[in-house]
Amino acid sequence: MKHHDIQLDKDGKLRHFLTIEGLKKQMLLDILDHAENFSSVGNRQVKKVPLLRGKTIANLFFEASTRTRTTFELAAKRLSADVLNININTSATSKGESLLDMLHNLEAMQVDMFVVRHHSSGAAHFIAQHVAPHVSVINAGDGSHAHPTQAMLDMFTIRRHKQDFTKLTVAIVGDIMHSRVARSQIHALNTLGVPEIRVIGPQTIIPNEAAHLGVHVYHDMHQGLQNVDVVIMLRLQRERMAGALLPSEHEYFHMFGLTEEKLKLAKADAIVMHPGPINRGVEIESTVADGPQSVILEQVTHGISVRMAAMSMALGRSSLADQERSQS
Amino acid sequence: MHIKISNGFIIDPANNIAAKHDIYISEGRIAAIGKQPEGFTIDQTIDASGCHVIPGIVDLRARLREPGLENKGTIASETYAAAASGITTLCIPPDTTPVIDSTSVVELIHQRANEAGFAKVVTLGALTAGLNGEQLSEMALLKKYGLCVGVSNALKPISNNLIMRRAMEYAASCGLTVFLHAEDEGLAGNGCAHEGAISTRLGLPGIPETAETNAIARDLLLIEQTGVRAHFCHVSSARAVQMIARAQYDGLPVTADVTAHHLHLTEMDIGFFDSNCHVKPPLRTQRDREALVDALATGNLNAICSDHEPHDTDAKLAPFGETDAGISALETLLPLSLRLAEDLSLSDVINRLTWQPAKILGIDAGTLTIGEHADICIYNPETNWIMKSENMLSAGRNTPFEGWELKGKVEHTLLNGKVVYSIHE
Repeated sequence: MKHHDIQLDKDGKLRHFLTIEGLKKQMLLDILDHAENFSSVGNRQVKKVPLLRGKTIANLFFEASTRTRTTFELAAKRLSADVLNININTSATSKGESLLDMLHNLEAMQVDMFVVRHHSSGAAHFIAQHVAPHVSVINAGDGSHAHPTQAMLDMFTIRRHKQDFTKLTVAIVGDIMHSRVARSQIHALNTLGVPEIRVIGPQTIIPNEAAHLGVHVYHDMHQGLQNVDVVIMLRLQRERMAGALLPSEHEYFHMFGLTEEKLKLAKADAIVMHPGPINRGVEIESTVADGPQSVILEQVTHGISVRMAAMSMALGRSSLADQERSQS
Repeated sequence: MHIKISNGFIIDPANNIAAKHDIYISEGRIAAIGKQPEGFTIDQTIDASGCHVIPGIVDLRARLREPGLENKGTIASETYAAAASGITTLCIPPDTTPVIDSTSVVELIHQRANEAGFAKVVTLGALTAGLNGEQLSEMALLKKYGLCVGVSNALKPISNNLIMRRAMEYAASCGLTVFLHAEDEGLAGNGCAHEGAISTRLGLPGIPETAETNAIARDLLLIEQTGVRAHFCHVSSARAVQMIARAQYDGLPVTADVTAHHLHLTEMDIGFFDSNCHVKPPLRTQRDREALVDALATGNLNAICSDHEPHDTDAKLAPFGETDAGISALETLLPLSLRLAEDLSLSDVINRLTWQPAKILGIDAGTLTIGEHADICIYNPETNWIMKSENMLSAGRNTPFEGWELKGKVEHTLLNGKVVYSIHE
């Protein structure tokens, strides 16, 4: 059984948010616009809107996470939903059977939405295929496959700084092979019309078939960063050294770490992004991470409003204006 | 018991027959083709009008799950599914639990198969004890009592070249064929899909083509050195086919098979994580698929097999990479093979399902030669049917062919001249 448009309901509205792939440009713009509306909520005296009052959202994290889980939790709470945080020891649920059993148990407690992070690619699709019809699933990262809310908060951040996507050159630097963030960013950037996307890194961490994703591959950072508008650095996982993918963090920093000097190759007004958490001195120099071109902390803030947008859209209650109008 | 199969179109590639004839069966064996023997009194007539009558299919590789995994299938359930699919001989790889590395396990399997009585079962013995890749199995004893027709390490790669060399040498001196699953353990890693466009898109760990070709290159060099007769199982890539064809041209004693699903599916069929397409070796590219079909036509790939791996429902209910690999494939083997009759002649297709696999196993089967056991499949080539997992006879319903419209349906299957399956019953 193939569920190609499992993300959308029969009216073409977002029901699950599993991957950027296959979503139309207008859908992505809607998410960004809704997020824009929500972004002011955090600045209010009372940081809450009643859009999802009475809804129950379960954060199902099969993999450790602080930032993503926290921002999802904050987003849900700002929408007035009840939040359940469930951190699952991965060793306890290595079988699909118990994963499904757990889901069905939570469904029996009348949960309306699952926010899922899982170490296996395809886990969010799998769960979305097996939930009850009234339940929505949001992918908070599955294996190396997708992390759509992260990609959308990155698009949000880019749009804040660089109005027009169709005039940009964006470079993504680092471990593309294992990065769900990079895959989702590439789909989002392509859908939004970015004409040139570059991926930069040694061949061991760039998939052979990367070009199929719609990117240009560079193995030399100095060439790859020439005249780019946006530099996205990816986190380097320590375990990559063990698999003979890279010799050392030391060498990686020399070749692919973002330093002030290398950043000069990009456009003067280029912004520097990172999905976090950052390894200072490995993929990025502290002076760059904390420097004037860095928008890394903004990304975190935007993560909340983008997740509010995705959650409220998937639960069919996205319009802040409508809601507030009806209350006044 | 004397049986006449009347009005069928007989295809018997081993004897170069493709014509309409009656077949006469006496005492479980083929008595005559065409003309009724003198003194032959007919006890039963099977009307095969509009049907093709072929030797019972010989499936080079099928897992019946017994002993060890009876929750996924039993010898009785799977041999019945085989009979209903026109398969009369099944070859079992040694990765049962316990492993087929001692005569007692083989005896148990043969005894159960005899009790069920739906299909003949032949077995491959383990190449190394416990399939651990370290010590030789007692392969001479496994062969001695006629229990194993070949040896194999099933899906467990033997990484140590010296062990592989010794195992081949020992098998050669026993006169046993070695059945090889070509996979370089390191290159395959924890992969679960072909390393290519789809695995890159879906973020699935990939199995590169070199995981197969690197192992084949090593094995071919050792085959040349040791002189062992070898058979490559489920070849999946164009490069692998090329290497095997070259070795055959050079005169090495090498044969190879391909599964019906590798002839019909590619990595694209994974779609969005369809775990029924999780199979080992992985489904590769369109180019590879075309090369496999071509090689089947030229004969460099000698046989088509099911590589049947029935699973319980739970085994496929998980994120793609965490599911068990394999397809429940007995019931689609014949109709999927018949679809290839556009690329090779019908007679060639039947040959690759019957006579060729029997030759690879070195057994008396796969022909309608007079005097041979009457193992016969009678199918209607014009029957269209829709593959529905709920109608499957195998205990495993894991098929990627759900909803496919297939052509060709088995009507009767005879084993030793006895009807073991009939669509009308």
